[in-house]
Amino acid sequence: MLAISNRQGAVLPAAQNAGSAGQSRGGSNGGTVYHVKPGPGGKLIDIENFALWYGDTQALFDITMSMERGLVTALIGPSGCGKSTLLRSLNRMNDLIDGLRISGVIRFDDTNIYTADLDVIGLRKQMGMVFQKPNPFPMSIADNVAYPLKVDGIRDRHVVQETVERALKQAALWDEVKDRLKASALGLSGGQQQRLCIARAIAADPEVLLMDEPCSALDPIATARIEELIDHLRGHYTIVIVTHNMQQAARVSDNTAFMYLGKLIEYGDTERVFTNPINPHTSDYVTGRFG
Amino acid sequence: MQAPEAILKPPQAGTPRPRSSEGGSDLSARGEPFLWGFGGALSVGILMVFGFLLLVFWNGIATFYPKPVEVVTLRDGTVLAGEPIRNEVYRPGKEVLSSLDEGTNKAVLAKGALVGRTLYHTGNFDLYNEDYRWIPEFQVQAVSRPKDMFFIERVEWGPFIGRIHQVTFNKETLEGSALPVERLYDEQEKAAERRRRIRAIERGDIGEVNHYLEKERLALRSIAMMDGEASTAYQEAKGRYDARMAQLNRTYQRLAGEAETLKHEDELYNVVLKDVTGREKTLRLSEIVRLYPANDLSLLQKLGVYVSRWSEFLTEEPREANTEGGVMPAIFGTFAMTILLAVAVAPFGVIAALYLREYAKQGTLVSIVRISVNNLAGVPSIVYGVFGLGFFAYILGGSIDRLFFAERLPNPTFGTGGLLWSSLTLALLTVPVVIVATEEALAAVPQSMREGSLACGASKWQTIKNIVLPRATPGIMTGLILAMARGAGEVAPLMLVGVVKLAPELPIDHFFPFVHLERSFMHLGFHIYDVGFQARNSEAGKPMVFVTTLLLIALVGLMNATAIYLRNRLRRKYHVGHF
Repeated sequence: MLAISNRQGAVLPAAQNAGSAGQSRGGSNGGTVYHVKPGPGGKLIDIENFALWYGDTQALFDITMSMERGLVTALIGPSGCGKSTLLRSLNRMNDLIDGLRISGVIRFDDTNIYTADLDVIGLRKQMGMVFQKPNPFPMSIADNVAYPLKVDGIRDRHVVQETVERALKQAALWDEVKDRLKASALGLSGGQQQRLCIARAIAADPEVLLMDEPCSALDPIATARIEELIDHLRGHYTIVIVTHNMQQAARVSDNTAFMYLGKLIEYGDTERVFTNPINPHTSDYVTGRFG
Repeated sequence: MQAPEAILKPPQAGTPRPRSSEGGSDLSARGEPFLWGFGGALSVGILMVFGFLLLVFWNGIATFYPKPVEVVTLRDGTVLAGEPIRNEVYRPGKEVLSSLDEGTNKAVLAKGALVGRTLYHTGNFDLYNEDYRWIPEFQVQAVSRPKDMFFIERVEWGPFIGRIHQVTFNKETLEGSALPVERLYDEQEKAAERRRRIRAIERGDIGEVNHYLEKERLALRSIAMMDGEASTAYQEAKGRYDARMAQLNRTYQRLAGEAETLKHEDELYNVVLKDVTGREKTLRLSEIVRLYPANDLSLLQKLGVYVSRWSEFLTEEPREANTEGGVMPAIFGTFAMTILLAVAVAPFGVIAALYLREYAKQGTLVSIVRISVNNLAGVPSIVYGVFGLGFFAYILGGSIDRLFFAERLPNPTFGTGGLLWSSLTLALLTVPVVIVATEEALAAVPQSMREGSLACGASKWQTIKNIVLPRATPGIMTGLILAMARGAGEVAPLMLVGVVKLAPELPIDHFFPFVHLERSFMHLGFHIYDVGFQARNSEAGKPMVFVTTLLLIALVGLMNATAIYLRNRLRRKYHVGHF
């Protein structure tokens, strides 16, 4: 689908890489290394000088990056580096937290999402989200997948049935559950539950799929299935995945962003970040020397 | 002091480590005494609850079982008859002892001046002016249980204990000794049927006529108030009113005539009773509720009396200042009030808790509100009663009366205590319980569920409606169960806002609009208080107190069991483990 060979030539030093693909900014580690593989549709999400505070604690510092349409972008970094916070900023899930402040801009499809009159619900409908722990609702499997339609007010039985089937097929769960769609979703195994959550997230046909460590609560076999699924969904959706597991990032993503202490340290083509990291922090992290 | 190197040197593998002989294995260190303390406290609590339940259960169950009637001959020659109720040992006063003859006195003093005595339920209140009597054992000459002693429950004056001397069935007079008992029972049943029919005519049919008379009068009055008495509308209505009045009066006359005929017929059936001393009492057969030869009953007959008394208790209206008859209106009132209370308290409590937990910005103000709500639960319930009377009945009800029932004034409709105001007062009393339980239940809904729903593009309200509330329902039900249990057992505030000793009408009947929330009602809790402490004779009320308590506990238990069953079904449905 997306040839790896498409990536732009050689690795450039950060300071010289302030071209069309990205820009470099000042920072404690001598600036962000920035050189991404462009997707076929250009930028979809554009983050500019984004900073975030929980009360008096600053969690994100001056993040500037963009996510390419149709590609899988991985956010990696040690615990507490702000990768989940950044992910949750994309669909404004952080709004739920009291005492949150932000500065900077995040654009989705060239619209600033941090404006007072933005339709947050509409935004979230365009960004499906999958959480760390599978969180199916205590309803039947079919009702779980149909939930986004329900809140949209779509009641046409045919539409709902078709959507449920399509989403479950896309999430590679259809064959396992087609005979028990009316059974409780809580009776599924952990891996199946997580795929059900993915089905639920894509049922509303979003543009973006945000995944917050979707495999951290799963066993290796279930993890492999989810990874297969992500690979399968590549191109249909723009996927942003937060992961702790560097092998996973290397396996599934096109671009990888390494974050550390709330700052974006290095962002670029996954293969390059893992094989030839420029920033010494990145290098230490991906080689397993810390983190 | 140890040398530093000895401290620093790690112990060799295999060298025995010092084991503390006390520390770990000490009883107090293992918490054993505390465990005993906790277990003991729990046991004491459980024992008290079970002891109480057992006491109520045993006394309540035994009350209606027919007891034998003993004829007691005293030393001074007096004879009395009654049901032995209970025995106790007491210390008679000096003047009592000195009035005894030599031998008895000595015997009593030999026992440390303690004497046994027995309480007899002698009945015959109309003849004796008392119906319970203590008989000390030293007065007793002889005790026997003659088979011809009857225990006769009457509509008025409580039971009569004595013999049947003579009966008159429609001019046919039979002496007691020649009387076939089966025939007496037959005739008594027919007479009871007549009594019920007379009552049905007087209370039911004539009551209905009165209801329509009153309705017509009020309709006319409201026209008079709207258009004035000089208007043509009023004149026309007055014409219609008079015609309707005449018609209703004719119906009344006919019904009264029917009742009169029945009463005349009834007067032909009489029974002459004789108490154990030979005093006679004549009464109509229809005045007898139940009669049985107390000392001549087989087990089956005793059970028959027992069952018939229970069914009377559960289905009939009270007689004799509530000390006899049934408590059906009180059961109904308690039940209706508790249901109304639940209907009123659930939405209020849940909405308040939803706002506090889900919408309000958590801060000092919300904390203050929360603490205040918790403190509301500690306000004495009588205060709620006063508030309910002042606010609900007088202010709210008074306004409703002025707006909608002006033609009935000055008689209040809603402007006085009633079922609705009682339920609302108790709802106010129990709303903190529901709020606290609902808040707990809402807090227990995992954040991941809410996030999952919000991430699907659901609004906050959709999330609450579809995800949070269903999951919190079992917890909310728990709060509702607690509220109902508290409300059903509350009496003090109800005495101010609508409970009465004897309510003439049930809150539900066949007159439009069928449910009359403004009516005062009877309540089992108040019934207990009234029978136990307001009756002319507390001894007479005592069995009723136990039976009514048993019934109240059973009713609350039943309602709670239903709610718990519903909650468990919900719990299974939503897979909620806690609460």
